[in-house]
Amino acid sequence: MAAEKKADLVLLDFWVSPFGQRCRIAMAEKGLDFEYREEDLANKSDLLLRSNPVHKKIPVLLHAGRPVCESLVILSYLDEAFPDTPQLLPPLSAAGAGAADAAYARARARFWADYIDKKLYDCGSRLWKLKGEPQAQARAEMVEILRTLEAELGDRDFFGGGGGRLGFVDVALVPFTSWFYSYERYGGFSVEEACPKLAAWARRCGEIDSVAKHLHSPEKVYDFIGVLKKKYGIE
Amino acid sequence: MDDAGCLEPPRDRVNHIPTTGTSNSTTQEASTPISIDRIGSEVKKMAGAGELKLLGMWASPYVSRAKLALHLKGVSYEYVEEDLGNKSELFLSSNPVHKTVPVLIHGGRPVCESSIIVQYIDEAFPGSGVLLLPADPYERAVARFWAAYIDDKLAAPWGKVYRVETEEERAEYMRQTHAAVDALEGGLEECSKGKAFFGGDGVGYVDVVLGGLVSWVRAGDRLSGGRLFDEAKTPRLAAWLERFGELDAAKAVLQDVDRVVEYSKQFLPK
Repeated sequence: MAAEKKADLVLLDFWVSPFGQRCRIAMAEKGLDFEYREEDLANKSDLLLRSNPVHKKIPVLLHAGRPVCESLVILSYLDEAFPDTPQLLPPLSAAGAGAADAAYARARARFWADYIDKKLYDCGSRLWKLKGEPQAQARAEMVEILRTLEAELGDRDFFGGGGGRLGFVDVALVPFTSWFYSYERYGGFSVEEACPKLAAWARRCGEIDSVAKHLHSPEKVYDFIGVLKKKYGIE
Repeated sequence: MDDAGCLEPPRDRVNHIPTTGTSNSTTQEASTPISIDRIGSEVKKMAGAGELKLLGMWASPYVSRAKLALHLKGVSYEYVEEDLGNKSELFLSSNPVHKTVPVLIHGGRPVCESSIIVQYIDEAFPGSGVLLLPADPYERAVARFWAAYIDDKLAAPWGKVYRVETEEERAEYMRQTHAAVDALEGGLEECSKGKAFFGGDGVGYVDVVLGGLVSWVRAGDRLSGGRLFDEAKTPRLAAWLERFGELDAAKAVLQDVDRVVEYSKQFLPK
């Protein structure tokens, strides 16, 4: 709807952040125009500090000036504030048996998005920060995490759920596909070999406009990690 | 953020079950991940269709959250006390990923992670009792933000206080906990808009998420001789603690503080 597409949406973000990319992709899937503002994390803007005083982190979505923080909270908010756009989560139905089914599908999606948040970024960071035995442990964990996600995907094309093609879990996970290459290089394993269905899912997502538009190339992410390592003095 | 290690006796901290020869053994970390669909049909057989079952551990504040939500919604359920040192087949097949309590099984389908369980209870029983999440999308986002904050910034470091070895680490985690309490005072102001609870006049989602911790807050105060929600520094939270404790749901569900004090002594430095 024209009115919704002109909604006053501003995203405070950092180019390589997979958490920020979740929000960009979600808004693209919903056909929502937004203003993207790049933050210099070494010199955070007043707007960011005022909008997210508790965490001082990106992404922050400003809707008509009001801040929403935390990427998964932002995804839920986008569904609920724009109910006429393609939904990421299955919408709540009125009552009876339908209520429990919709609630269950939503709970399942939230569980897996929470799993991704708890496990993926942290394990990935250990892969490029550590060496020797701790790195080997991180690699084993990473393979386990990816396989667990692959098992949840099963034989489906997407994790899906809301009615749009990409669901809550797809959007939560897809930005990390740009990091797979780096995980592979640092971890010394192959996503294709370890979890071919998940690799196929990543390729499938990459063909979707909203994803292709907002993900960075794996090489760019790899270079970024290289810069970070130098900055932290990690060999 | 739930209980596998936070409040368990040290021997169960790493979720390794010291059993041999059973298909539920988790000592082989290279096991194939189990799909949720296959779990669902197994769990269905064990739990029965239509009924509500809550797998828990009496001391867990995360389990308390689920109980509070169920009580506030006026929904009846069967409670199963799990021995976390000897986890049941139902438990392991219901939450193979984290192996933590609480797990809510509804009509044979498991829901895991306490905050997700509370939202599930709210959404699956829309006509019952109170609505925990507000109707307005922005207010819902604010509520979700503070619920996540309570888990990530308050409960997480606070739980570590009971698990680390050195006085230095304990002091650091207590410092983080106190900083979180200070920020949460602002959260209460923002959410309540001057009213009694995070949910306003009535109890809401954030109240339940924090409410699960109440007996532990009281036990901690008794052991330390101080107040986590200090009346002078965080007057709103101090008042909230009293008010929450007066609720029927709290009285019905929360652990006896003496019992928690005794239980937590095993984690304190000798």
